[in-house]
Amino acid sequence: MAVTTTTSDAVAMRLTGRKIKWGELIFEGALLLMLLMSLAVLVTLLADTLTKALPVFRDRGWDFVSAELSSNPETAGVGTSILGSLALTGLVAAISFPIGIGTAIYLEEYAGNTRISRAIRTNIRNLAGVPSIVYGILGFAVFASFLAAVGLGGDGNGKNILAGGLTLAALVLPITIITTSEALRAVPYSIREAGFGVGATRWEVVRHHVLPSALPGVLTGTVLALSRAFGETAPLLLVGAATGFFTLGEGASIVDKLVGKYGALPVTIFSWSRQPGEDFRSLAAAAIIVLLVVILLSNAAAIILRNRYERKW
Amino acid sequence: MTTKAEQAAVTLLGDPRRHRRERNVRITFFSAAAFSVILSALIVLSLAGEAWNFIWSVDLGSLWEIGWFPRRGLFDLKTIVGATLLISLVAMLIATPLGLGAAIYLSEYASPRMRRLLKPVLEILAGIPSVVLGYFALTWINPNLVQRLSENAGIFTMLGAGIGVGVLVTPLVASVSEDAIRAVPLSLREASYGLGANKSTTVRKVVFPAAISGIVASLILGVSRAIGETMVVAMAAGAVGGGLFSLDPLQPGITMTAAMASLAIGSDQVAGVGNAFQSLYFVGMLLFLMTLALNIVSDRFVRRIQEKY
Repeated sequence: MAVTTTTSDAVAMRLTGRKIKWGELIFEGALLLMLLMSLAVLVTLLADTLTKALPVFRDRGWDFVSAELSSNPETAGVGTSILGSLALTGLVAAISFPIGIGTAIYLEEYAGNTRISRAIRTNIRNLAGVPSIVYGILGFAVFASFLAAVGLGGDGNGKNILAGGLTLAALVLPITIITTSEALRAVPYSIREAGFGVGATRWEVVRHHVLPSALPGVLTGTVLALSRAFGETAPLLLVGAATGFFTLGEGASIVDKLVGKYGALPVTIFSWSRQPGEDFRSLAAAAIIVLLVVILLSNAAAIILRNRYERKW
Repeated sequence: MTTKAEQAAVTLLGDPRRHRRERNVRITFFSAAAFSVILSALIVLSLAGEAWNFIWSVDLGSLWEIGWFPRRGLFDLKTIVGATLLISLVAMLIATPLGLGAAIYLSEYASPRMRRLLKPVLEILAGIPSVVLGYFALTWINPNLVQRLSENAGIFTMLGAGIGVGVLVTPLVASVSEDAIRAVPLSLREASYGLGANKSTTVRKVVFPAAISGIVASLILGVSRAIGETMVVAMAAGAVGGGLFSLDPLQPGITMTAAMASLAIGSDQVAGVGNAFQSLYFVGMLLFLMTLALNIVSDRFVRRIQEKY
């Protein structure tokens, strides 16, 4: 809405002969400037990173994306790291979605407004605000030790991709619960009442009516949560993601890969940017472009999905 | 032989299999919900045990030293807490005007078309991972902005890291305060216009005070996020091996989170034994308590906007 003109303004303007309200324009302009500064930062960030990354893509093209980690900047690539990150994301989805969606269903559909359910909700909100590095401590102290105890520890005392997946799943769990709860709450109560009215049990109503209607919102929330997990670094630093060069060697089995060292794209970016010299800086920039492409594409896909399939009640 | 009434009652009760399934489903979902409680308990337990051991074993004098050098047994708390607070202050100095300004413009002034064009800017900024902003702070903000300001600044400065964290926090402040502003009923604005007020007067004197609870909540959430941020400060504020106490923003600094990160990746590790590594838990406990307190306070403020309207 443009600057509105009230009656007294119109009268005042007529009396003083002024048509432009400078004070209003300056105020609006200042606010717009704040918003545009955010835009400027975003553009600068993308442009600068792209400029630094272009030489790498121009010289090596697809080879950069598929090559393995290496201590030689000429041949190092993000292949292993991308695979690691994808595996982590898969683990996060497998672990946190059932628990998260189940919790949301319980809180929204089954639990009344009892003290226990209020306490659980407050607890989830607090969990959502815990810094990511504290989740890393949880992963290291609890998940890695647990894995080592049951024999899935590998060489690193349990600091493997399974521990990383568990840690990130814990990190992403509160967001999943909160977004799924909101999606479920958006379904009007009349839908449920209609189901009860024909004699359906609560689970039948949820499964056949509430969940299908809430599905777009739930999917958007889960995709956003996954892309958040894809970009997380700090917890992985504590749970053993390799910051340096590593290789599993030829003939490593699936189990070896699961319990051994692993790499993740954000951690690779972190370790490359700490290396001295321009070469690794450019590599880091190129890896950032890869990371941003994945994250921005999946976020865009989630939002487009939501806009297309969202039902307006 | 059952009577007709008894037979009718039995049919009304329904298929026992359906009821069993219903009960099992309910138990399954309740155990899912219980997981979140278990998770909280695990976090507190994993921090508390070793943090307590650290406090018992450490020489309390080493908590007030010249700097944070875990390898040498110097655990000066004011270095890391000071750096955390300084960087968060710089971050909020950036995020408050940018975030609030964007929120007010988007909810009060922007036409639907401008909103559709400009709101994605904030959403994209919100999706950018912290490593990327750390890289940006290290390779662009520090050289171009901070070093232009002063010759003394090196490659790593707390000011540069603070600006990076500020950019990170801006979308959070913007989105929460935008929700708060949009929650203010239209009738309040219309009443103000009806009395002949300008739009800026309405925004400043009516809408802003009405949304103040939500706006304060967004700022507190921003501070909490800034305090807990690890990657930007680990990459741009420097001082990974430890640092001297300094409140000069043009110097490198080591925050609580960066101290934890460097203990984890081993640049400070003393072979995993000794209280150098235990300090990780202690700092983690401090950090957890600080952010928990901030989030609880911010929650109270959000609850107040929901009650009023």
